[in-house]
Amino acid sequence: MYPPKFDYVAPRSLDEALEVLAEHGSDAKLLAGGQSLIPLLKLRFAAPAVLVDLNRLTGLDGFRESVTHLHVGALTRHADAERSPLLAARYPLMAAAAPVISDPLVRNMGTVGGSLAHADPAGDWGAVMLAADAEVVARSRDGERTIAVRDFFRGLLETALEPTEILTEVRVPRPRGRSGGAYLKLERKVGDFATVGVAVQLELDDGRIGRAGIGLTAVGAVNVRAAAAEEHLAGAEPTAEAFAEAARLAAAAAEPSSDVRGSAEYKRDVVRVYVERGLERALALARA
Amino acid sequence: MTEQAQPRKTVCGLGHSVKRKEDDRFLRGQGNYVDDVDLPRMLHMAILRSPMAHARIKSIDAEAAKAVPGVVAVVTGADLAAHNLAWMPTLSGDTQAVFATDKVRFQGQEVAAVVAEDPYVAYDALDLIDVDYDMLEAVVDPFKAMAAGAPLIRDEKEGQKDNSVYHWEAGDKDATERAFAAADKVVKLKTHYPRCHPSPLETCGCVADVNAGTGKVKIYMTSQAPHAHRTLFALVAGLPEQNIQIISPDIGGGFGNKVPIYPGYVAATAASLLIGRPVKWIESRSENLISTGFARDYHMEGELALKNDGQMLGLRVRLVSDQGAFFADAQPSKFRAGLFHIVTGSYDLPAAHVVADGVYTNKAPGGVAYRCSFRVTEASYLIERLVQNAAYELDMDPAELRLRNFIRPEQFPYKSATGFVYDSGDYHTALKLALEKVGYEDLKREKEAGRAAGKLIGVGIASFTEVVGAGPAKDYDIVGLKMFDSAELRVHPTGKAILKIGVQTQGQGHETTFAQIVAGELGIPPEDVLVQHGDTDNTPYGLGTYASRSTPTAGAATAVISRKLREKARKIAAHVLEADAADLEWDVDRFQVKGVPGKACTIQEIAFAAYTNPPPGEEAGLEGVHYYDPPNMTYPFGSYVVVVEVDEGTGAWKVRRMVAVDDCGVRINPMIVEGQIHGGLTEGYGIAAMQLITFDDDGNCIGSTFMDYLLPTAWETPKFETFATVTPSPHHPIGAKGVGESATVGSPAAYVNAVVDALAHLGVRNVEMPVTSAKVWEAIRQARAT
Amino acid sequence: MQVTIKVNGREESAEVEPRRLLVHFLREDLRLTGTHVGCDTSGCGACTVLVDGTPVKSCTMLAVMADGREVTTVEGLVKNGQLHPIQQGFKEEHGLQCGFCTPGMMLVAKALLEAEADPSEEQIRWAISGNVCRCTGYQNIVKSVQWAAKKLAENA
Repeated sequence: MYPPKFDYVAPRSLDEALEVLAEHGSDAKLLAGGQSLIPLLKLRFAAPAVLVDLNRLTGLDGFRESVTHLHVGALTRHADAERSPLLAARYPLMAAAAPVISDPLVRNMGTVGGSLAHADPAGDWGAVMLAADAEVVARSRDGERTIAVRDFFRGLLETALEPTEILTEVRVPRPRGRSGGAYLKLERKVGDFATVGVAVQLELDDGRIGRAGIGLTAVGAVNVRAAAAEEHLAGAEPTAEAFAEAARLAAAAAEPSSDVRGSAEYKRDVVRVYVERGLERALALARA
Repeated sequence: MTEQAQPRKTVCGLGHSVKRKEDDRFLRGQGNYVDDVDLPRMLHMAILRSPMAHARIKSIDAEAAKAVPGVVAVVTGADLAAHNLAWMPTLSGDTQAVFATDKVRFQGQEVAAVVAEDPYVAYDALDLIDVDYDMLEAVVDPFKAMAAGAPLIRDEKEGQKDNSVYHWEAGDKDATERAFAAADKVVKLKTHYPRCHPSPLETCGCVADVNAGTGKVKIYMTSQAPHAHRTLFALVAGLPEQNIQIISPDIGGGFGNKVPIYPGYVAATAASLLIGRPVKWIESRSENLISTGFARDYHMEGELALKNDGQMLGLRVRLVSDQGAFFADAQPSKFRAGLFHIVTGSYDLPAAHVVADGVYTNKAPGGVAYRCSFRVTEASYLIERLVQNAAYELDMDPAELRLRNFIRPEQFPYKSATGFVYDSGDYHTALKLALEKVGYEDLKREKEAGRAAGKLIGVGIASFTEVVGAGPAKDYDIVGLKMFDSAELRVHPTGKAILKIGVQTQGQGHETTFAQIVAGELGIPPEDVLVQHGDTDNTPYGLGTYASRSTPTAGAATAVISRKLREKARKIAAHVLEADAADLEWDVDRFQVKGVPGKACTIQEIAFAAYTNPPPGEEAGLEGVHYYDPPNMTYPFGSYVVVVEVDEGTGAWKVRRMVAVDDCGVRINPMIVEGQIHGGLTEGYGIAAMQLITFDDDGNCIGSTFMDYLLPTAWETPKFETFATVTPSPHHPIGAKGVGESATVGSPAAYVNAVVDALAHLGVRNVEMPVTSAKVWEAIRQARAT
Repeated sequence: MQVTIKVNGREESAEVEPRRLLVHFLREDLRLTGTHVGCDTSGCGACTVLVDGTPVKSCTMLAVMADGREVTTVEGLVKNGQLHPIQQGFKEEHGLQCGFCTPGMMLVAKALLEAEADPSEEQIRWAISGNVCRCTGYQNIVKSVQWAAKKLAENA
């Protein structure tokens, strides 16, 4: 309930923040929304020497579309995504996921970038960004690089970010052709981690499936990309049989653990059911 | 004296939905909860708890902790033992460790404490205490604990050779065997009512202020029973009772969690005594869930014997109660399994036999909590699940089977096979009303049609009978204290009154409802009656608020003392009106001379006269105190109907409708009664759907934070349709029964029966609580495989 | 660290450790005890306050994070000694029993009604789904918010 002592700095610019990270490396922890970090501090599961508060930085939040991408500032709050007319109109997968992240109070503080960088396999944005085939932008004092989300999650609570890097932006490719998306989440109650979450994106190309993206929540050590299922759907006719097979492949790609939420077998089957339902929902939106 | 008839405002006594008088302070954020108490020079205590479920303590090194700036003291079991405070009695006649000395017996058990100027500092120091444990084999399964060769948990107890706590029986074994021999059908159900936790939103805590100068021991405490706690403190700590003042200020929910005396209270008091400054201890939520009084954890095997036409003949129950490491149930001492033997429920069951065994395990102590009415939750769940399954076995409508066997109105007062005397009831009317409101016949058709279309709809019924209002002196006591309750009423010269009661609200609205009782008897408007409770220096002795006992006991005391004052008021009025006392009749708020309209004396005028013009020979004033010994318990009842829809793909289920008919006799404040029902139906939903405290084989607790112990939010919680019938209690002065726990008692079976009903056509007869989507999916899969 | 936070319209300055939680700053340093602590894993919402008008869990925010910002607690709802329509609504519709969750509920309701003047039952339940109540079963809380919505519309 009571965090341990730490030093604290609230930089006013990104460069200042990067300077602090360059100096302290893994002794420092970044504070964005704090909805994951502060609970860890209160339980004394984390004891960083320095907390770097990013909340004074400006220009790192909000949505901006370029010709090829939707640019999502890392400090965009989940609630902003929930309320965004742009997402509701053109990014249905993200619009479906945002409202079911944690609870409304957490959504007012938690950030998209923070969620991705925290890399909890039960995090919803991770599955969404895998399905959307997004990439993240990482800045350090020495430069900037982009990392495909499919290469971003390395292990439980572990990403490709260096201790000296800050995730500044998520770039979501603008869906090509007629497209739709869906996010289905089974949770025991609002605010609980997902029992199973499924993110689906479908992009049609002249009636056939151009690209399918399927990302899974809470069924592995990291958010899982159901690659075999995606490949099965690429170029295929969007039939019930194709969806059923993709759903089976996605379930096979999942690596759930048995716990109080259910057995591994149960969770795998919910993946299958949700992928099938998600594909149908995404298809309906794409055709609308 | 009132010469002309004065226009009379309605006096809102019984039956009025008076808005709550106590709301204003809470709405303004000016509630006075224990953690809001701030005394000069107050220190903060943090408790170190065992990470192990069963281990010997080899050594405790607190030197580094003591050296942290701002730390005033570190207290260990050895320090308490030096003052004979390392162990304390429980409410069930056992002993419990305050701080562990020899070994720890459950994960989360108290081992030591830091007292510091600031809680942040206290927790910093806590991290530096080094305890050397020697791990022992833990036993978390009560059946394994009963088996030969199981580790002995209470090795410190003289004469304790195994992990058995008690063996208890109720009913008639022979009559029951005869009944079963005559049965056409025996329906069996083996079920575990899982360990859950009342989890009020405010955790437990205290501020202990032992003042050497004044000799006063003042303890602000989250207590549902301040007087009993005061007496126990006096006995346990050897402190003079007249100097002990327990103040239960505003309590943020109790639900039975705040009835036991916890080690933290004792340790904080000892620390204050030793240090000479006030000490505040407020537990965290994790501490609350892992160490304070849990609820349920009853392993039950029930058998119901019936004839083919549905007539019930007998009931047999064998149960094993997981008591944790210490037997600390807060329940009447005569009944080891609480009032579980009400298990024949609403049915005219001529024979029943209950066999109960309590067992020690390496878990936190408790069991009686969470609005259980002393284990009626467990009993009600078992019988209502058995009856539902019996309906399937007999191919009878579950409502029809109940109606066939309900105790009939003309049978009251009804003596049950286990010795209860039910005061009044009308079960048929309540169930029929529930069925009508839910549209039962239409639902049955919809269910059938749904099955053809692959939709899984279920309708679950529960018709419960509660037993509350502990209780008559001949059968009820807690640690020897008889379970009367009290009311002290004083009317001031200006006609306002102050009522002091021995019970302690935690949100039930006593400051309003008890004022309404006075209003009903004396005509003093509720806004003119100040209700006081919770300060033991200032209130008559009572046994507190839990098990829905306040209205049955203290409510009765309030009515009785009001009537006594009314009798004195008659004499005063007679004197003032210069009339004969026998010629006066009471009319709402005044004594009227019979046949002479306009010649009346209002209660306000009488009150004034009590101090300015008392009758010769009468004492001045208008006040009195009454201690009420209830002649019987009261038996509220009801019928609940739940409609659910199950998603076969995921096993997830949703409540489509929840119809609740409750009968608690005369309802003092319908708005408040309804609020209690809503809360109980929600707790019942949480228990049925998602609440569980469990342990791995090493005794690690799973369910000690809100991440694992789930409380339903407004999003999951169903919408309730509530109705009432009124069957007054014939023995209660105002015909009222208790109601606070009815919905938590009756509803879990309704929810579970609904889910089972949705799957019954597949052959499913049981899903264990909490009924998670995973379990439903598993049940469907297994049923379809066979 | 020095922080300056405008609480219920009043500038409050204090020296705090960076680790000090906002809820402790409000309760202990400012003695505004209407904001409550109900858990230790950010799971109950009893600590809800408004930061720049937005409901947040004050137990999951450091006091230093609120530096330079405006915080509204339950004590800030009363204006000129009069109860806010939301407070009135909770009294009229019996939206509280023990009162422990009530401050958080009312502040969430305030923010909701500022964004949505006539919310549906579903919207209300959604908005308060981060605030746990153990006593009321939420049904009367929904009615309380609906009462307040009507009253605010009348007053407008």
